[in-house]
Amino acid sequence: MRIGVVAVQGAFLEHEIALGRLGVHCIELRQKKDVLQSYDAIILPGGESTVQGKLLKELDMFEIIQSQINDGMPVLGTCAGMILLAEHISNDSREYFKTLPVTVRRNAYGRQLGSFHIKHTFASFGEIPMTFIRAPYIESADPNVQILAKVDEKIVAVQYLNQIALSFHPELDNDTSVYERFIKQITKSQSLQLK
Amino acid sequence: MENERYELNKNLAQMLKGGVIMDVTTPEQAKIAEDAGACAVMALERIPADIRAVGGVSRMSDPKMIKGIQDAVSIPVMAKCRIGHFVEARLLEAIEIDYIDESEVLSPADDVYHIDKTKFNVPFVCGAKDLGEALRRICEGASMIRTKGEPGTGDIVQAVRHMRKMNSEIARISAMREDELFNTAKELQVPYNLVQYVHEYGKLPVVNFAAGGIATPADAALMMQLGAEGVFVGSGIFKSGNPKKRANAIVKAVTNYNDAILIAKLSEDLGDAMVGINEQEIELLMAERGK
Repeated sequence: MRIGVVAVQGAFLEHEIALGRLGVHCIELRQKKDVLQSYDAIILPGGESTVQGKLLKELDMFEIIQSQINDGMPVLGTCAGMILLAEHISNDSREYFKTLPVTVRRNAYGRQLGSFHIKHTFASFGEIPMTFIRAPYIESADPNVQILAKVDEKIVAVQYLNQIALSFHPELDNDTSVYERFIKQITKSQSLQLK
Repeated sequence: MENERYELNKNLAQMLKGGVIMDVTTPEQAKIAEDAGACAVMALERIPADIRAVGGVSRMSDPKMIKGIQDAVSIPVMAKCRIGHFVEARLLEAIEIDYIDESEVLSPADDVYHIDKTKFNVPFVCGAKDLGEALRRICEGASMIRTKGEPGTGDIVQAVRHMRKMNSEIARISAMREDELFNTAKELQVPYNLVQYVHEYGKLPVVNFAAGGIATPADAALMMQLGAEGVFVGSGIFKSGNPKKRANAIVKAVTNYNDAILIAKLSEDLGDAMVGINEQEIELLMAERGK
């Protein structure tokens, strides 16, 4: 299994280290030639969505990754990554992949003083640590979107087909629940391809 | 400051990695910086080159001007306070700045004590020219470090010197026997536990950016190849002939800092770089402030 981690800006190394501990090999996607390689899944890391979105487009990576997602390649978007996947951003006119039918709000908890850390239930995993840094949340989601976690009535984790999106940063905590779910998803999509 | 808040503040610096933080003096410049791909902006009244040119006492910016920049962009906004001026820092915290730079670019308010940054909820970045300074600032509560370089000169030599010095000191500590660490803590005038961290992990316990004198895409890539996790560009952008194009190019050079072909292309037709001053021509060494 090989995961392509978008590495144009942000906390991509942290994802690589977390996945490395689980024995998963990662490659960094920094420019067009990188996204033409073969890999089984994509991670869109935390960072600044404005920077990442712009660089993905200007470095000619955007359309390739978008069609990989549309073709069913598993993708995990954390924080900025969730914003890039969202179909609508309620407080920003910028548009990115638009593959995830949700409306997301950027910097929804305010500035850095609004950043927080909690333990909360995630899908069937029980309580896991969640770190929110100038985080977005999902204001509304299409009925077909599965909600994996809600914190204070706000949707902070979802899955829709091949896409998992989180407001928080699993790469900053030691818990592996999110990665386990993602790896399971990748294995499932690989076995479907074999059939 | 509780430990959790400090972790969150270190985490924000992690999100800025691989990015460019640009000095801006107006909401219009902030917009240009955001559109060019800045991962954060530093709001200040005068960029370092002008502070150098005008002289006099340089202080924290007008909160109204900072708020104007906060309203103009959606990326994190940083601002500078004077070394040791904990009241200026409180004012910046009150207007919910995302990061405070306790900066040698401004005139120091205290020639002995830095701000006790552990008493704040808002994060701090501080300059350092060697490992001792970096660890002292971290001990005081800084959650991000940058090289001092020599601000406002457009000359990269000091930033290179500071980054190399820090790296060689880290490498030296990594290679030490454990029983030698106590003496190193004494020599560097820093707590033993921080020396122990450097020994174990071979890096600073917080994110480390390059700053001071970066003027071209090649300068930015040089600092990244020397181990910086991102860069601050102060005067280098808005003191140049074509700020928009130069800002764009520096952002891309930081992402693909090992790709010489790409950076060569990015460096074409950027117009005039900031004029700059050589090390020997400088009358005021800002890097000597706050050790």
